[in-house]
Amino acid sequence: MQTKENIYSLLSEIPDPEIPVISIVELGVIRDVKFADDKTIEITITPTYSGCPAMKQMEDDVRKKLLVNGFETVKIKTVYNPAWTTDWLSQEAKLKLQKYGIAPPEESTSDKSFLTGKTKNITCPRCKSTKTHLVSQFGSTACKALYKCDECLEAFDYFKCI
Amino acid sequence: MTSQEALVNYTLRLGDTSLILAQRLSEWTGHGPFLEEDLALTNIALDIFGRAKALLEYAAKVEGKGRTEDDIAFFRSDREYFNALITEQPNGDYAKTIIRQALIDCFDLAFYTELAKSKDETLAGIAAKSIKEITYHKRHSFSWVNRFGNGTEESFNRLQKGLNEIWPFAGELFEMNEVDALLIKEGVAVDLSTLKANWEKEINQLLAKANLVAPEGTYVQTGSRKGLHGEHLSYILAEMQSLPRMHPTAKW
Repeated sequence: MQTKENIYSLLSEIPDPEIPVISIVELGVIRDVKFADDKTIEITITPTYSGCPAMKQMEDDVRKKLLVNGFETVKIKTVYNPAWTTDWLSQEAKLKLQKYGIAPPEESTSDKSFLTGKTKNITCPRCKSTKTHLVSQFGSTACKALYKCDECLEAFDYFKCI
Repeated sequence: MTSQEALVNYTLRLGDTSLILAQRLSEWTGHGPFLEEDLALTNIALDIFGRAKALLEYAAKVEGKGRTEDDIAFFRSDREYFNALITEQPNGDYAKTIIRQALIDCFDLAFYTELAKSKDETLAGIAAKSIKEITYHKRHSFSWVNRFGNGTEESFNRLQKGLNEIWPFAGELFEMNEVDALLIKEGVAVDLSTLKANWEKEINQLLAKANLVAPEGTYVQTGSRKGLHGEHLSYILAEMQSLPRMHPTAKW
């Protein structure tokens, strides 16, 4: 008999399709695991962004992972409430992002500064300088903004705060 | 009209408005004025496509006839679409696309903020999700209106021309009918009349900052609540639907 913890650890082996250094569990999109019986499981997921094209890939990966681990029926339920937030990224996941070259979200959504557009100085993931500037609110994927470091002159992605 | 019929129609209206706007914005993919803006509009289109998918999925579920969101998107004709007329207007140049987007973002942020309080949990959930995304969209479109308006003579003229063309279609966003009346009573729909004063105030401030003047004495163009559209929608649907209609059993 599988436990919820087992399932979470199985799902932790699935990398985010777009940012493979973190798992989909660390990303915070897995919201619940329910067993109907020994062979049937229901996974509740929430999208990071409404139109994130990686969601379908994540669903397929979850299904595949559970099918090869003894389940016969895998149901995937998508919920929108509560809406995904970068606050759900673990501290560990943020460090992994930074190491990978993506600046992790620096603000908490609870301070609301992200709503007024007053963003803090984002730290360059390469040279750690805080002398950086926003190039575009929209980057290579829905979840990222594009920044440039004024010190090392490299452009980098910032995992934007929502 | 039953509550169920009203809810299907209301959800289709929101879903179609999102779908057609996203389809229009995605026409800029690969054609943006420069790379960052190409990415920006493509990302914005993607968010709005995502919202459309969630809404049309829900419309199909409430309807209960076994249709999927793809059936609804790809196998209805123009008279069965309820998207607001402003969304089907041609993109024009970048200034026109931006001013259209600013008018819509300003409406959408207020609208979805109210819809997040709906008694319908699914609509409220989709709305709560959308607020975060529209906040970014609005910041983007408003900042470009400001830059174009205060940029060169050329950028200002193009923006004013775009505004003149799109303005007659904005008023329809606030139009209500018996669907709204029924669902407002049930605590499901947003009373659009409560949003208008604030929208006008915000847009007037935006226009003033960009030295723009809203055209006066224009008629409000309406019809979409009844499924009546201009010729533009038919061309959008022809492009969007041709593949699934040609190969209805194809799987991705």
